[in-house]
Amino acid sequence: MLRTIPGKKWLRWMHKAYLGLFLAYLALPLAVVAVFAFNDSTIPSLPWKGWTLDWFIGNGSTRTGMLRDGEIGASIGHSLIVAALVTLLSIGCGTTTAFLFERHDFKGKSLLYLLMLMPLVIPGVILGIAILAFSSTLANGLETHFGLSVEALRPGLLLVTLGQFSFIATIATLVISARLRKFDRSLEEAALNLGAGPLTVLRTITLPYLYPSMIGCGVVAFLMSFENFSTTLMLVGSDAPLTITMFNRMRQGSTPELNAVSLALMLASALLGLVSILAQHKKPPSE
Amino acid sequence: MSASTSVDTSGGLAGRLSFYLVLTPFLLWMLLIIVLPHVDLLLLSFKESATSVGLANYREFFGEPVYLRTLARTVVISILTTLLILLISWPVAYYIAKLARGRSKTSLYLACLLPFWVGELVRVFGWTIILRETGLLSRLLQHLGVVQGPIEFLYNDAAMIVGLIYTLMLFMIVPLISVLETLDDSLVEAGYDLGGNGWIVLRQIVIPHAMPGIASGCIIVFMLSLGSFLTPILMGGKSSQWFTEQIYTQFITRFNWELGSAFGFVLLAASSLVVWAGLKLSGQSLSSSLARGS
Repeated sequence: MLRTIPGKKWLRWMHKAYLGLFLAYLALPLAVVAVFAFNDSTIPSLPWKGWTLDWFIGNGSTRTGMLRDGEIGASIGHSLIVAALVTLLSIGCGTTTAFLFERHDFKGKSLLYLLMLMPLVIPGVILGIAILAFSSTLANGLETHFGLSVEALRPGLLLVTLGQFSFIATIATLVISARLRKFDRSLEEAALNLGAGPLTVLRTITLPYLYPSMIGCGVVAFLMSFENFSTTLMLVGSDAPLTITMFNRMRQGSTPELNAVSLALMLASALLGLVSILAQHKKPPSE
Repeated sequence: MSASTSVDTSGGLAGRLSFYLVLTPFLLWMLLIIVLPHVDLLLLSFKESATSVGLANYREFFGEPVYLRTLARTVVISILTTLLILLISWPVAYYIAKLARGRSKTSLYLACLLPFWVGELVRVFGWTIILRETGLLSRLLQHLGVVQGPIEFLYNDAAMIVGLIYTLMLFMIVPLISVLETLDDSLVEAGYDLGGNGWIVLRQIVIPHAMPGIASGCIIVFMLSLGSFLTPILMGGKSSQWFTEQIYTQFITRFNWELGSAFGFVLLAASSLVVWAGLKLSGQSLSSSLARGS
C-alpha cells in the first residue's frame, strides 16, 4: 500500500480506476449544470436543442438572461453585502479569539474553548431559529416596554449576517489559531528587546505573519456565506439573497437561466478558491 | 490551545488590557449570538400558552408517532450516509495522502475541493437534472433500450443519500488526508517486513493511527447530514420527511414557535447522544477531533 512496496499490479490498477470513477462522479453534476446553461430550450433537460447564449444575455418575452434579470441581480447584491459583512466580522473576531486562546491563560479556558466550537456542531437550522426567536423576543420587549419598534431585529439582512457569522467565526478562529500556534515567539521578543513597543510588534511582526491565513479564511468565509442556505432561510426577510431566490425558482420549475447563474457561481468560486490557496501557500519571509 | 505560556496575563496593565481587548469580541459573539438565543429557545420550548409553563410541547413530540418516526429516520439515514462516505472516501484520501506525489497530489486535492466551493444548491441542482424523470439517466437508459418508459430516479431515499454523500464527502476527505499525511511510511513498511499483509497492516497500523481523523470526519459529516435541509427537500420524496423540515414547518409555515423550539432541542439532544456514543466507541475527545478536522 505504499509506493516503495511492490504491491500486486492489479490492485494498484484497481485503485487508479476507482480514483478515476470518483473524479468523474465529482465532476458529473457540475458539468451537466454548466452544459445545460447553453441549451436552446426552456427546460434544463434533454433533448438538446442547440447552443444559445439566451440564458446569459437574452431579453426576449419568454426568456430572460441572468444579466437582464432584475430579481437575480438584486439578490446577488444582497448576497454580496451579507458576505462582505460576514467576512469582515469573522476575520476580526477570529483573529482576536485566536489571540485569546493561543496567548492567554485564564480560568475556564477549556470550557470556553469548547463553547467556541459549539457553533460547528449545532445544525444551521437551529442556529437560525435560535437567533430568530431571541431577536424577536428583544424586539417585542422593546416595543411593549419602551414603545420602540426596531426593524433591524425583524428577519432581514442584519439577522442573516449575524446567523452566518455565528458559525463562520468559529472556522475563522480555528484557521487563524493554527497559524498563530506556529509563530516563533522569539521574533517578538527580539523586537521587544530592540526597543519596539507591544503595539509596534503586533503591527509589524505578528500580524504580517498572520495575513496569509487571514486572507485565506476571509475567502472561505465569503464563499461559505454566499452559499449558505439553511441558516439564511430561517432569518430571511423581504430581501432575499441569491441562494434563497434560486431555491424558490427551483421549486417553481426551473429554466436554464438557473444553470447560467450556477455556471457563473462556479467560475467565481473557483477563482476565489484559487486566490485562497495562493494566499495560504505564500510563505512569509520569516519561514 | 495548548501549552501557551502566559507572558501577557502574568501581570502588567498592558497585559490585562490586551486580555480584555481580545476577550470582549469573543464574549459578545458567544453571549449575544450563541448562548442567549439558545437559552431563549429553550425557555420558549417550555412555554405552553401565553402564561403557563410545562412540558406540553415535548409531550406532543413524544405522543405523535410521525414526529418520532421522522427523527429516527433522520438519525438512521445520517449514520448510514456517514458510514458510506467513510467507505467511499478512504481509498481516495489514502491515495492523495500516501501514493500521489507533487503536482498530481495538488490537482487531486483541488479536484476534491472544487465542488465544495460551488455551494450545495448548485450541486443538488446538478443531480436533479441527472436523476429526474426527464433527466439524463432516464433518457440514456431509454436510448440504450434498457428500459421502455421514463423512470423517476429522484424523490426517494436512495437519491437523497446520493445527494448527501456528494454534498458532504469533502468533510470526510480533508480530515482523513491530514491525519494520513502524519503517518510515517516506515511504520507501514515495518508492518510488511514483519510479515503482515495489506489487510493486517491496514487494521493494526493505518486505521489506529487515522482514528482521530476518522472520528472528526464522522462527527462533522453526521452533524451536517442531520442538520441538512436542502438536499432532503430537493431530492427526497414527499413521504421521506427530514427532521429539519419539521422544524421549518413549525416555525415558518405553522408559526408554532413553541413546538418548533422543542423539536430543535430534541434534535440537539439526539445528535449529542450519537456523537457522544461515537466518541466513546472510538476513544476520542470532542475538542481534539474538531480542532483537528478543520
